[in-house]
Amino acid sequence: MFGLANPQRFMAFTRPLVPLLWAAAGVLLALGAWFSFTAPEDYQQGDTVRIMFVHVPAATLGLGAYAALGVSSFFALVFRHALADAAARAAALPGAAFTLLALITGSLWGKPMWGTWWVWDARLTSVFILFLFYLGYMALRAAIDDEARAARSAAVLGLVGLINLPIVRFSVDWWNTLHQRASLIRADGPSIDGAFLPALLTMMAAYGALFLALWITGIRTEVDRRRVVAARARAAAGA
Amino acid sequence: MHVIAAVEMSRLGIARGDRSLFQDLDARLEAGQAVALTGANGAGKTSLLRALAGFIRPAEGTVRFTDAAGAEIEAETARRRIHLLGHLDGLRPGARVRDELAFHAAWLGGGAAEAAVERLSLEPLLELEVRKLSAGQRRRVALARLVAAPRPLWLLDEPGAPLDARWRGVLAELIAEHTAAGGLALIATHEPAHGLARTLELSV
Amino acid sequence: MSALTQLIRREITGAWQGGGGPLMACGFLACAAVLPPLASDAGPGALVEAALPITWLALALASLLSLERLFERDLDDGSLDLLSLGPAPLEAVVLIKALAHFLANGAPLALAAPVCAVSLGAPAGAAPMILLAALIAGLGFTLTGTLGAALALGARRGGLLIAVTVLPLLIPPLIFGAAATAQAAGGGDFGPALILLIAYTLFALALTPLAGAAAVRAAQG
Repeated sequence: MFGLANPQRFMAFTRPLVPLLWAAAGVLLALGAWFSFTAPEDYQQGDTVRIMFVHVPAATLGLGAYAALGVSSFFALVFRHALADAAARAAALPGAAFTLLALITGSLWGKPMWGTWWVWDARLTSVFILFLFYLGYMALRAAIDDEARAARSAAVLGLVGLINLPIVRFSVDWWNTLHQRASLIRADGPSIDGAFLPALLTMMAAYGALFLALWITGIRTEVDRRRVVAARARAAAGA
Repeated sequence: MHVIAAVEMSRLGIARGDRSLFQDLDARLEAGQAVALTGANGAGKTSLLRALAGFIRPAEGTVRFTDAAGAEIEAETARRRIHLLGHLDGLRPGARVRDELAFHAAWLGGGAAEAAVERLSLEPLLELEVRKLSAGQRRRVALARLVAAPRPLWLLDEPGAPLDARWRGVLAELIAEHTAAGGLALIATHEPAHGLARTLELSV
Repeated sequence: MSALTQLIRREITGAWQGGGGPLMACGFLACAAVLPPLASDAGPGALVEAALPITWLALALASLLSLERLFERDLDDGSLDLLSLGPAPLEAVVLIKALAHFLANGAPLALAAPVCAVSLGAPAGAAPMILLAALIAGLGFTLTGTLGAALALGARRGGLLIAVTVLPLLIPPLIFGAAATAQAAGGGDFGPALILLIAYTLFALALTPLAGAAAVRAAQG
């Protein structure tokens, strides 16, 4: 794994990987969409159950991307590796997008199920807070002009966020149980009928491939961008 | 107490952002020496001083601090033996000179605050707020901590810039006394008039 | 006088004077507490239920507002470098700065919190618990906010940035503190909430010096 920490080797290794990942994501998405529409209706929720195939993987990937961001931040901070910083940076935008997608689809799902666009359900609230974590991270990166400084501060925040995320989740769950309002989603989630599994698993795999494709493309773009910046700086120094 | 007796830079290179300031700097600074650090604007004088004080991690190469017996001093320990006087004086604008001076002396580990007040003629300024001082007066208060808290390695970044001729003379005396007592000093300057024997030139 | 005592003294003086100190923080708390009743259409009595939530919201916001200059001031005048060259590790300096800030802002805010809550309609019997919870949570707010202030060093619009990065992290102490006071006001068992609140503050006490010092070093390099 540390062999890949070398940017040259990383670029060489991932060059053929990127089109494969995009292709895999495309095929899996198409397959998942087909499964999603051919899956039987839910006896309670009817057609709206299909939103789940978009919503659940998005929420999972939103969380997974933050884990990727936090772990990358850890490596950036401890080993001061530029590639780890690029990885943390590249994970933020796709992660935030997945989280936002989970929020929007959750809201669309909530309207027919709960009769309202938004309820302060523990899981939805946690996803919302996760989105705020992403916003804070991106705001910090954007607000510090000096790139090296921004990278180090962002790495500290990413790691702090990773440590705090379980605590925040716990506190929100705890808050929810304290209030015992009529909860429509059980703590362990709606029990999933076997008929939905193929669609859900395929969509999960599709989202995973899509995230990897986005992430690695993002890292490669970032590495290229830095090379351009460095080349310009060299040219300016020589002038 | 390990007193810094020598600073050795080998193949030192410092980069800011993606721009390399200098590379392959080999230099040695020994007890009793005051060296002028010269170079064009942007050559990396300030960055070198900050790297020696441990604020900037060099892009390549090493900095070694050794004591009189030649044993290496850890960077964290060495930091407690260093005075860094940068462009900013490190004085809180709203505080009284007396309080700031007492804090600097205690924090940097010295008890010679009275001697410093006398040496830099700060007596009439003591009750004033820092914000009321002129740039030259502020610099004198900042220089007072070099006297108040004896530390072997002085890293000074254009220390004479805000001072008039009289106080530049005093500054040169302070540096001479410091090195005569076995201290080391690296002084970034544009005017080699501090009576410094050696020069370390940073060229782009 | 030892170096650390000198630093504590300097920080408390600075926190007390710089940026208005406790007066400004408590003034903000009062302003934030007076707006919801005025913004409410349903008349003054309707907000009794919301007295505690409003108080907690105002507390969390007020504890962040004065943090912007905590490190920035030292970076601007050059004394942050001096603080790094002293006898104590930077982690200890960060902790001392946070505690001094708490003494000058968090503690006065905690004293004002029961007044604010009771005047909004919370039962007077809950005042001691509001004070206690506001003290403990206030320390947690300040510590987490100190980390945010260190992260925002060198940033444009640092104050807003601190709020955006730190407020999501303040959710646990807000939940636990608010639950403890709500239970106390309703005559319920406030024990679990209070213990969780203390646990969070201890966690922040451990995390802030480490992460805060890392952030300060990042800004100095």
